[in-house]
Amino acid sequence: MDFNAPHIDYAGLSPVIALTGGLVAILIVAILTDARQRLAVTLTTYLTLGAAAGLCIWQWGEREDLVSGALRLDELALVATLIAIVSAAFVVPLSWREEAADNAPGPGGHGEFQGLIVASVLGMLLLSSAQNLVTFFVGLELLSIPLYVLCGSALRRTEALESGLKYLIVGSLGSALTLYGLALLYGGSGTTDFTGIRGAIGGDLASDPLILVGIGLVGTGLAFKLSIAPFHQWTPDVYQGAPTPVTAFMAVATKAAAFAVLVRFFDVALAPAVDDWQPALAALATVSIIVGNVGALAQNSLKRLLGYSGVAQAGYMLVGVVAFSAGGVSALFFYLAAYAFMNLAAFGVIVIRERETGFGDDIRSVQGLGRERPALAWALTISMLALAGLPGTAGFIGKLFLIEEAVAADYTWLGVLIVIGTMISLAYYLRVIAWVWMRPAYHADPTPETPHRTLPAMAGGSPDAEPASVGAAAEGPAGDRGPLLGGVRCPVIIGLTLLMAAATIFFGVIPAPLVDFVESAGDALAAAFE
Amino acid sequence: MLNVLLWLPLAVALVAVLMPRRAVAPFSFLGSLVTLGLAIALVVDFDSSVPGLQHEVSENWIPDLGISYALGVDGISLFLVLLTALLWSASFAFAAWRQPERRRNYFFMLGLAETGTLGAFLAQDLVLFVLFFDLMLVPFFFLIGAYGTGNRVQATIKMMIYTLVGSLLMLVGAIATGILVSEETGELSFALADLRANLLSEGTQDWIFCFFAAAFLVKMPAIPLHGWVPDAYRAAPLPVLALLSGVLSKVAAYGFLRVVFPIFPDAALEFQELVMIVAVASILYGSAMAFTQTNLRMIIAYSSIAQMGFITLGLFALTADGADGAVLHMINHGLVAWPVFFIIALLYERYGSEDLREMGGGALRAPVFATLFMIVTLALLAMPGSANFIGEFYILNAVFQEKVVYAIVASVGIAMAAFYALRMYQRTMHNRLPEGKESREISLRDGAVLAPMVAVIVGLALYPGLVLERGEASVQDKVGAVLAAAECEERFYASDGDPVTPAVAGIELDCE
Repeated sequence: MDFNAPHIDYAGLSPVIALTGGLVAILIVAILTDARQRLAVTLTTYLTLGAAAGLCIWQWGEREDLVSGALRLDELALVATLIAIVSAAFVVPLSWREEAADNAPGPGGHGEFQGLIVASVLGMLLLSSAQNLVTFFVGLELLSIPLYVLCGSALRRTEALESGLKYLIVGSLGSALTLYGLALLYGGSGTTDFTGIRGAIGGDLASDPLILVGIGLVGTGLAFKLSIAPFHQWTPDVYQGAPTPVTAFMAVATKAAAFAVLVRFFDVALAPAVDDWQPALAALATVSIIVGNVGALAQNSLKRLLGYSGVAQAGYMLVGVVAFSAGGVSALFFYLAAYAFMNLAAFGVIVIRERETGFGDDIRSVQGLGRERPALAWALTISMLALAGLPGTAGFIGKLFLIEEAVAADYTWLGVLIVIGTMISLAYYLRVIAWVWMRPAYHADPTPETPHRTLPAMAGGSPDAEPASVGAAAEGPAGDRGPLLGGVRCPVIIGLTLLMAAATIFFGVIPAPLVDFVESAGDALAAAFE
Repeated sequence: MLNVLLWLPLAVALVAVLMPRRAVAPFSFLGSLVTLGLAIALVVDFDSSVPGLQHEVSENWIPDLGISYALGVDGISLFLVLLTALLWSASFAFAAWRQPERRRNYFFMLGLAETGTLGAFLAQDLVLFVLFFDLMLVPFFFLIGAYGTGNRVQATIKMMIYTLVGSLLMLVGAIATGILVSEETGELSFALADLRANLLSEGTQDWIFCFFAAAFLVKMPAIPLHGWVPDAYRAAPLPVLALLSGVLSKVAAYGFLRVVFPIFPDAALEFQELVMIVAVASILYGSAMAFTQTNLRMIIAYSSIAQMGFITLGLFALTADGADGAVLHMINHGLVAWPVFFIIALLYERYGSEDLREMGGGALRAPVFATLFMIVTLALLAMPGSANFIGEFYILNAVFQEKVVYAIVASVGIAMAAFYALRMYQRTMHNRLPEGKESREISLRDGAVLAPMVAVIVGLALYPGLVLERGEASVQDKVGAVLAAAECEERFYASDGDPVTPAVAGIELDCE
């Protein structure tokens, strides 16, 4: 049998190689170091992420197939990856004081935590460049499995364990549906390649139930990952239970990668059947916008609120896919980038207040923040205003872009729907701002969130280990508003949070650079729309 | 020049945030005086024979989305810009002498609001207009919510939702206009001039008009979209409320003239009657409510609804005279509303209440205060001799010629205005002093704010031509767009094909 070794384009694969190598390095460094583990691991992680980002930028402008067409290197993948890298870089410092990393049962807690995040970024890179049903699934799983673990990583908090388990079950269901759908698609089209599928399916899907069911199942599986209603039920619970840095990473980075593959799957592989899937996705967007916004109205937990708001925002973004145009893809990625900035700023504030007040992520934790910590209050305010799409923020330009593309694609009613969703959303975003600025600080004695020490040891955890109390003492006096749980005055976290808020404003006032950046993602797919 | 005028308030506000606490208020006030100076220079520099834009600025802002950063000023926006700068300076002084808590935020928000409002008046790009229209609301959300009284948080959220519901629909309308026009011209542009050159078909204009009208009528406010008004007026701090009532409501009326008439002329014609009915209803409802209220703020709140009704009526008479009068009346109302709210603050300091029933005898030992208040009152009720009278006269005159019925009903509003304005003056300044209260003369500090404002009212009463002359050419241009549409329609029905001479000189007919 004749065997030709495939040509391997190492330059194109370099980001993948960097992330994989870095991942291994992080784990090794974590085991080798003991006293200064956090510093060493963080440096390695940043080195890895920095190298990957640098290589992505180096490969910018290349548009080629890698590994016999299994992966596609183009700006669409690179933009999604860069968003994932930025959010990973933001989340790493947030995890420094996280109980799961700081107080892990075995050695190398930080290494595990950050290693899992890097593994997930690797999955996102593969997923967003996948152009073959197999790599699609591999990327999806590589993205998800580290997240299942991270969600449950706070071993001594029942909520976190519940969240991890719930995410595992629901996520596996989503993956199973996707896999089943991929199998049917392969059965129907005879190929696993996206461009091959594009050639094999006709314009009329109704006549081909095998492919139709396949598409439906894949769409459902992705909707689970993207928490698009009505497949969003896990979102608020998992968001609330997971350690907040993990929630932040999940909310932002997963969306970018999953939307990248959604775009590639629908706009490239299924382009001939656009008339069939367009109304279906439009319907999903409608449901998601309404359910997400209405669901967020009555939430007192900030993480749940952001979870529901994420459902609604995913609905807005889906409009960019429905538009089926290069402009639509650009609009979608502009919104994803803006969403990363504004959401990360909000999560940064939540993490700080969570450790500072003892109210957890309850809305009371930000009450009166305007007087106490104006800088943080502004970061949260800007984030909320941007999520609500008020002018002067990147959120406004993002919505503008999406509505423009919706109207251009003759889906004006979806544009109106985005606006109606925004109106509903004002009620809860403005409520948060009202708590921040328009109420005095909450001084009643809060009951600090006590870690559940009584929980039996799991996965090698020792019940005797002393959780909590670690960071607090090091940070100086606890003040009179309940115990400081550590990491509060960390300048890196505050700095990054403010940086995200500043970026939200900056790209709201001078959006042109970001527009140019995402426009190349749209251009990369331009050929698909012809 | 317009760039400096637009961004100066925000720049001052940003610098003020970094200043020591004590310097914040004086610095902000001085900054607003510079802005006022620039606005005056703009008026002096203005060439009243040009109907188009002056001092134009046009830059690509987001070229890929077709949005340009285009500014310009013409006879319509000229005095509204001046009004904005003037009232903001006055409010800065008002607030500076009462030193609110957390004043850095307070003055920052005021500065941001001024930039937003000026932006709405100067923008010559549809999306930019919408952007500033929404932006100017954000600081008011904070100002009312954080510094207001009573049920402020609910009130401010209600206000935001009400007004944003309208203006977000307007955003969709604006985007749809740009996209649909670009489908014909092949180039995406939201510049008002480009949109005007390529009008949409009548059916499309109609639904987009509804979105714009919703935004403007909520902001104005007009019946029945005024639900946010009572709560917001009760809760807002007075220096802020004076701006809300004096300037922000004008942006809506201005929007009709700047955006709706030139870009959706057919729709404006189509909905003329409906909007006029809304306007007349606002006049009657507002006036009737104003003389049943006992809270001073609410009297002025409802009187504002009525006055805005007059302005809308003047605009939708769709004649040059009516619109000219409406522009003058916008300035008048802004100039009168601000001092009234200032006087309410002074009365509150004397009586500890804003309720008419707990006041009286304010004129005792306070002749200067009483005189200033009297002048404001007379202007409010549109006494002949005041500029308000001239504004209302122009408006009613135009409406009489076009739609007699509305004019007759609307005149009732004038009589009612006399009633509520005089009642307000009598109950506060005449009668007996309530037990335990003392009347005192206006302080020098407050007088220094109020007297110049009253002087401006008197000045405009003596020479209303200042506004009318400079506005004429531009107003005729905007209303002309609608009249041209009307002509086209007429010509369409009179299918003989006889050439019709345009009713307004200088308007070229371009019927398809």
